[in-house]
Amino acid sequence: MSSAVPFLIYIGIFVGSYLIVNRIIRRSARTDFTSLKTVTFGDESAVVSDRVASVISVVSIFVLWGMFTGSTLLPSFLHAPGPFQGIATFDYTAATEDGQSDTATVTVLVHPIDEQPDPPQVEPGEGWARNDTATIGMWRSGLIRVDQNDELGRDAGARVTEVNGQPIAPGGSVETPFGRVGMSPKGTLNFEPSKGWQMEPIWLPAPEAVWQKFVEIAKDGFRGTTLLEHLGYSLMRVVVGFLFGALVGIPLGYAMGLSNWFRGWFDPIVEFMRPVPPLALIPLVIIWAGIGELGKIILLFLAALWIMAIAARSGVSGVSISKVHAAYSLGASKGQIMRHVIVPNSLPEIFTGARVAMGVCWGTVVAAELVAAEKGAGMMIMVASKFQNTDIVIMGIILIGIIGFGIDMLMRWAERVLVPWKGKG
Amino acid sequence: MSGLSIENISMRFDLPNGTSVQALKDVSLHLQEGELMSVLGPSGCGKTTLLNILAGFLAPTEGQIVMNGHTVTGPDAERGMVFQQGALFEWMSVRDNVSFGPRMKGQSASQYQQDVDHLLDVVGLQEFKEKAIYELSGGMQQRVALARCLANDPDVILMDEPLGALDALTREKMQSLVLKLWKETGKTIILITHSVEEALLLGERLIVMAPRPGRIHKEYRLPFADLGVGQDLREVKKHPEFAIRREEILGMIWDMEEEIMGRTEAAS
Ligand SMILES: Nc1ncnc2c1ncn2[C@@H]1O[C@H](COP(=O)(O)OP(=O)(O)O)[C@@H](O)[C@H]1O
Ligand SMILES: [Mg+2]
Repeated sequence: MSSAVPFLIYIGIFVGSYLIVNRIIRRSARTDFTSLKTVTFGDESAVVSDRVASVISVVSIFVLWGMFTGSTLLPSFLHAPGPFQGIATFDYTAATEDGQSDTATVTVLVHPIDEQPDPPQVEPGEGWARNDTATIGMWRSGLIRVDQNDELGRDAGARVTEVNGQPIAPGGSVETPFGRVGMSPKGTLNFEPSKGWQMEPIWLPAPEAVWQKFVEIAKDGFRGTTLLEHLGYSLMRVVVGFLFGALVGIPLGYAMGLSNWFRGWFDPIVEFMRPVPPLALIPLVIIWAGIGELGKIILLFLAALWIMAIAARSGVSGVSISKVHAAYSLGASKGQIMRHVIVPNSLPEIFTGARVAMGVCWGTVVAAELVAAEKGAGMMIMVASKFQNTDIVIMGIILIGIIGFGIDMLMRWAERVLVPWKGKG
Repeated sequence: MSGLSIENISMRFDLPNGTSVQALKDVSLHLQEGELMSVLGPSGCGKTTLLNILAGFLAPTEGQIVMNGHTVTGPDAERGMVFQQGALFEWMSVRDNVSFGPRMKGQSASQYQQDVDHLLDVVGLQEFKEKAIYELSGGMQQRVALARCLANDPDVILMDEPLGALDALTREKMQSLVLKLWKETGKTIILITHSVEEALLLGERLIVMAPRPGRIHKEYRLPFADLGVGQDLREVKKHPEFAIRREEILGMIWDMEEEIMGRTEAAS
């Protein structure tokens, strides 16, 4: 149930910020050209990304992350209720078969899970039921043999009948202000301190913990390799694999676009290989080439090859016949037409293909490193997950995302600079 | 024999479904050097096919093209083309487009610089020479296409509806420019158009083609091109003969189109 809370809060922020920004802050009308349009619904050009919405969107993700991890970056009143920590107490009442009953207090120290404190000291108290003491880690639960120190224990036929004055039987439980007290089928009490709504760090660490891990790994490396080297290895594989793929794929695509024989020969191969996800090739590549660099580069070469071949082929096919005719009439030879008409005309398509191929290669290399690698971004998060280092896993995912985004930006920039005529023919 | 001869050209396209289209049947024509001829006709009467054969992009099923004594077998720099649109190289600047022909011949910049600059002046694009093609308006792009063709110094210029995509005002200016270039350079020009007025204005000779099979229906010799060289084209249009010819040819083409429609209606 409580896992729905973050979603509800998120929807609340979405709706609330929309109402606040648009109904209250922006009540004064906009004055750009779009504001004069009477019809905007369905007019694609009237839909622009609202910067304020983007900022609130990103901030709210971090706020939610912080709220449900008890982040120190947020003031504590914003935190979701956290797990109980400190001294918890509850009373139990034991009764013997002949009707004698006595009550004693259990004192439990609920501590952070990475600490091993001693149990708190308590007085034994009056009566035959004696006060008990125990330690339990946060988010954990533990059995407490409360009758162990009692004068009339289980062996004397005494059984626990009430907790905090409420009756309890084997299999039942009683809620206390500090958590739930249950009773096992054999009659032993089991205390589960309340968990609150925050996530345990092993599932989701706080943002600052991820940042700290990043700083730490950037300084000390991970498994004997620096962070830059891990990321550099992944990038290097992508670049080398892509370059080989482009080096073979582009000429292949040109040949397919210019010659019937090449088109006929390679069409079945290319059309078959195109829909095969590169990830499906990982097992075969591992069998053939092992898990070293060669296997990875072969895999990325194959991932890029078909995309580049198809891009080059459609770049050639896309040249308008009147351009070619014009060039012939201006006295150009076949070689000159290739160089001055067909190649430049195909560059926009090739750049689009290269952008797709780089994206696919980046995804493929991470997946391949998840399967087997000694270095690399994917290997880093896979190994970390085996040791339940969730902070490293999340840090790795964020870095992989940033690099993937960076590759795409770089390709777009190169496209703008190198083929400014794209889409303007 | 100098000039351009179209000798008994027939063109049949065999379609994949086994039928065939007779796009041209027994077309013959001779053009003197320096003649300006416009070609009119309803859509589908084979105008583009004829031009493609003249350019050397298509081999006719029968007949031949003879130019200055030799038979045409393929495209050549002696026959330049101006297309309706989209045939400029948008990855090159205006200047590189215009100098394309000379550069392909291996001329150095110093050899073609002067010609190219002069042509850019003539078509009024001197200050746009560093611009990219996609930064120009449609009319400017067609002026680049004209200049590019002229820079190559062809003997014959073939134009397939070169002004068809322009707005009326730009079109009128371009018509004057074509006449001016024709007079200044003395090139042989064949110009296909859809507009009867344009055909009258831009043709010393005008041929009207008829469809199915494509053939020459009627030929005229007209004074308007010569008149238009020196004066405003709007004045030329006021010439009494202009209106008569226009009505006559329009009627002719309407009749043809009606016949086509009648035939397709009967077929369906
Ligand atoms: N490559 C081709 N294949 C088959 N038929 C064609 C081809 N090119 C032209 N045609 C046919 O030839 C006829 C003449 O076409 P075209 O020369 O383009 O006419 P126009 O330019 O006068 O409109 C049309 O019926 C057209 O369908
Ligand atoms: Mg045509």
